[in-house]
Amino acid sequence: MKTFVCIKRVPDTSEAEVKVDATGKDVDSSKFSFDINDADNYAVEEAVLIKEAKGGTVQVICMGPADADVMIRMALAKGGDSAMRIDDPRINARDPLQSAKALAAAIKGQEFDLVLTGCMSNDDGNMSTGVALAEELGIPHAAMVKKVEVEDGKIKAHRELEGGVIEVVEVTLPAVVTIQTGINEPRYAPIRGIRQAQKKELKVLKIEDLNLSEEEVGAAGSLIEMKEFYIPEVVSTAEIIEGEPEEKAEIMATKLVKGGLL
Amino acid sequence: MGDVFVLAEHRQGALREVSQEMLTKASALAAELGGSTVAVLLGSGVDSFAETLAGYSDKVLYVDDPLFADYNSEKYQKVLVELINQYKPELFMIGHTTQGVDLAPALAVEMKMPFIADVFDVQVADGKLQPIRQYYQGKVNANFAFKGEAPYLITFREASLEAAEPSKEGQIEKIDSPLKEDIEYRRFVEYLEAEVGDVDITQSEILIAVGRGVKEDKNMAMIEELAAAINADLCGSRAATDAGWLPHDRQVGTSGKTVKPKLYIAIGISGAFQHIAGIKGSKTIVAINRDPDAPIFTVADFAIVDDLFKVVPKMAEKLKELRG
Repeated sequence: MKTFVCIKRVPDTSEAEVKVDATGKDVDSSKFSFDINDADNYAVEEAVLIKEAKGGTVQVICMGPADADVMIRMALAKGGDSAMRIDDPRINARDPLQSAKALAAAIKGQEFDLVLTGCMSNDDGNMSTGVALAEELGIPHAAMVKKVEVEDGKIKAHRELEGGVIEVVEVTLPAVVTIQTGINEPRYAPIRGIRQAQKKELKVLKIEDLNLSEEEVGAAGSLIEMKEFYIPEVVSTAEIIEGEPEEKAEIMATKLVKGGLL
Repeated sequence: MGDVFVLAEHRQGALREVSQEMLTKASALAAELGGSTVAVLLGSGVDSFAETLAGYSDKVLYVDDPLFADYNSEKYQKVLVELINQYKPELFMIGHTTQGVDLAPALAVEMKMPFIADVFDVQVADGKLQPIRQYYQGKVNANFAFKGEAPYLITFREASLEAAEPSKEGQIEKIDSPLKEDIEYRRFVEYLEAEVGDVDITQSEILIAVGRGVKEDKNMAMIEELAAAINADLCGSRAATDAGWLPHDRQVGTSGKTVKPKLYIAIGISGAFQHIAGIKGSKTIVAINRDPDAPIFTVADFAIVDDLFKVVPKMAEKLKELRG
């Protein structure tokens, strides 16, 4: 099996304050910490598991700045063989269809059986890039997959639906599968792997290397326009418990018991 | 022009509520655009769904064919391409659901349609559609415009609004399947029902839910102590079950369980829409999170904006004391 796995570097904003920057069309990311996107981390593990079971190669593709090399090297340390990083500010990476076009351009012309992506990014959350990528490549797909069974020339993909119901679909190869979190237990990179990863190939690509023209990327290449970012008002009718942490704990505990909430 | 089409969604013999929600939004948009609404239904033995949808839509266009007994993105895509080319709606809406995200992006690429995913609201300004979506798991909103010519495509978030009561008597039109043959490269195999665990959290009276903010497995001891103090069952966000702190059948949210306890205490959960959708039936919600902008506070009845590691142990201690 020759597998491509697409990864993205994303900020952890689960507990961070998010502010819109001066352009009004992006956020101030100077104080964020970054990591590999959650679902992509599972996709890397799944690609490596398939390679361990069936043989073959794992090629990592990432669209992002040089800061993403840390995440790429980590994926290589876990079992990736080589990597490509698409680094071109002319690409509008906020448009998932444009991202898909660039990723497809990097893959086209190469031999492969499977492309894995995370099913959703933590930051933009369009859940669109992988499925759009399949269409750009002209191959079938299965989205939001919690289990992959590799068979001869095809796979069985277990799609996780609402309510935890699984829909099993059979898809012929080559195919794109978007991976849902929880499909496996992502490993830690072994020390030896981390050393080896430094020597593995990491190609950096611009749109010219992808045979994309300037008209196909950026604002010209998008059929949608983001007008403005703004922080939504958190409309809360909650009673806010005030005080030091210990006081808040006591007040809340008392309310639960005396207020008949238990 | 100005017509708004909605792809009705159904699974395992049931029409899904997102269909009526989208038609409710579509009706408002069509009124502003001077068009009408059309529900598109693909299925097998779905006459009764067509009748239901006619209560919400000016027209129901449906294919009833064994080829569509089960959802298949590839077959749906082929039919929708035909219908969109034929009818040229202003806007086509598909649910931002496990079906919709498996279908819409590929349809958009094939038809070169302006496409925006996971839209939770659409406004009309100067006769133009302005979809709104979220970034950073609900911390930022973005207003969008479509460029170029209609038809435009969106996936619309589930439970963004409440479906209206049925008030229309739409025209029902059954059409021949534009797809004549089955396809080979993607095939539906079967449904497998969700796993059942030792505790059925959909029946729990008191639930303590943990999320990413709990950080690591060893911190679960502190949570378990709080749960023991009030006889609560434990559940969690997707992050908590993925991390293995809790079994998967304890996951609350769209891909997990929908719960309706008397008391729901959310600890270190930011409140992604997928999670909030699963807890709206709770009678009282207490949220503990150190981020004042966490979306969980929009549904909370009591808000503790603080470090959970300082609050939770003290709360357990006080509860034990009060309850003797």
